[in-house]
Amino acid sequence: MKMTKTKIAIFVVLGLLAPLVVYPVFLMKVLCFALFACAFNLLLGFTGLLSFGHAAFLGTGGYVTGYLMINTGLTPELGILCGTLAAGVVGAVYGKLAVKREGIYFAMVTLALAQLLFFVYLQAPFTGGEDGLQGVPRGALFGLIDLNDNMNLYYLVYAIFLFGFWLVFRTVHSPFGQILKAIRENEPRAISLGYNVTQYKWVAFVISAALAGLAGSTKTLVFQLASLNDVHWHLSGEVVLMTLLGGMGTIAGPLVGAGVVVTIQNFLSGGELGNYVSIIMGVIFIVCVLLFRNGIVGELQRLIKRNFS
Amino acid sequence: MSTDYVLQTTDLVKEFKGFTAVDSVSLNIERGSIHALIGPNGAGKTTVFNLLTKFLTPTRGRILYNGRDITTMKPAAVARLGLIRSFQISAVFPHLTVLENVRIALQRKESNSFHFWRSEKVLEPLNAKAMELLDQVGLSEFARTTTVDLSYGRKRALEIATTLALDPELMLLDEPTQGMGHEDVDVVAALIKKVSANRTILMVEHNLHVVSRLADRITVLQRGAVLTEGDYDSVSADPRVKEAYLGVAADEEVSAEGGAASDKVEVQERVSA
Repeated sequence: MKMTKTKIAIFVVLGLLAPLVVYPVFLMKVLCFALFACAFNLLLGFTGLLSFGHAAFLGTGGYVTGYLMINTGLTPELGILCGTLAAGVVGAVYGKLAVKREGIYFAMVTLALAQLLFFVYLQAPFTGGEDGLQGVPRGALFGLIDLNDNMNLYYLVYAIFLFGFWLVFRTVHSPFGQILKAIRENEPRAISLGYNVTQYKWVAFVISAALAGLAGSTKTLVFQLASLNDVHWHLSGEVVLMTLLGGMGTIAGPLVGAGVVVTIQNFLSGGELGNYVSIIMGVIFIVCVLLFRNGIVGELQRLIKRNFS
Repeated sequence: MSTDYVLQTTDLVKEFKGFTAVDSVSLNIERGSIHALIGPNGAGKTTVFNLLTKFLTPTRGRILYNGRDITTMKPAAVARLGLIRSFQISAVFPHLTVLENVRIALQRKESNSFHFWRSEKVLEPLNAKAMELLDQVGLSEFARTTTVDLSYGRKRALEIATTLALDPELMLLDEPTQGMGHEDVDVVAALIKKVSANRTILMVEHNLHVVSRLADRITVLQRGAVLTEGDYDSVSADPRVKEAYLGVAADEEVSAEGGAASDKVEVQERVSA
């Protein structure tokens, strides 16, 4: 599926019109998780690294933004920027420790480090412990545009999402992205060609962590809440599900995956099946792994390729 | 000692938990030659390769490359010095196109390989050079093909093109014709001969026909140690080599004739001593 200019334009316009039809807060939730999944996919889909602790970066972005918005009266754009940077810094440190390991050990190290941070956020005085940070003010963008209006906020979130999506796209289709793909495809070969692969993995890790932080910061602004759920390993698992379901290693996959997962969760939690969300998600995951491993977008691409080329 | 050696090892040893895979191997690879490393399965050929390219760290011994001690360097750093290896299983990037495979190697010498904010269009100036390399190995018509769809022989040819892209001073080829049909073997052998101009090649190879055609010098390994070294004629005439390398055939002869079994034991004792 080539990303032609017309297709991109159609998607952008659809995004602009969507809040006229669908509840904006729901859309914003989808966009935040989609950005999170895109960031995660940069590592899993394009570098071949399975991080099992990405909630740490989402949560860090959320807490830092929340804390600053409540306590310093920062404008939202600066709050988001600080949250993103903080997640990037945590990502730089964690990445340094994790990228030297491979495969399952990489996953274990990222999980362990994320759990460490979970405990810190549970105990630290500035996070509100079990209660989290509640009533985070949305403020006014650049001090001018009131974000308490859901439509205004939606367009900010949408712009942030487009930026993040573009950055992932740009990274994947850059000279750097070529090397990442080479590492994913055959790491020993990349080494034998003289590439210092840990350095490339680290840069990818930091970009991914910062973008996950950006998603977390934005999410805090939307829900006016930063809580332990954002750093919990459940969320690290959920993002794996979103990416696999949508199609890992495809640009649009995480967006679709996040949309499907968030929609299902919202749909179920309102009804009688609310208690069975985990079971249903689990079944979907199993079906996905057994029947369409390339994910929704991956399978669609294959169909299109088979029938039209 | 006036000969110019590109790579020298002295008493190289690699032990794995009490098992000595490589036992004081001293190699001298002459500049501009094709040097073959042969020996029966488990003789430690691939381990030697991994030691030379730093994918393994030697337990003891020294490796000199152009007179420089590379014993403790990292694999990527050794590669940047111009010592490039291939792998036993074909080392390509399967889900990239053939052109991209070669370009990945060409990119190494560019300064933009960390530029994640730029379009990959900046790599297009490299395409001409990549096509030239693909042309050399007869793959130019497959430039846009996804590598995974290539035949095995062509993947190996692509691997050689990728290695050539770095203009290596010393190429290490790990069984370049392994698992190939006759036609492919001849094509790859001719290719190796062609690219050996102006560079040194060290190869592990099972196919003695290929070795006889290509190699200027042959080192025979057995049980991790050097059994003998020389040109093809002297090595192939050596009875110990027949015993060791053609062990199976020799055994059959031995059991058929019912004698000479003690010779073999003696050889092995001498080798391990």
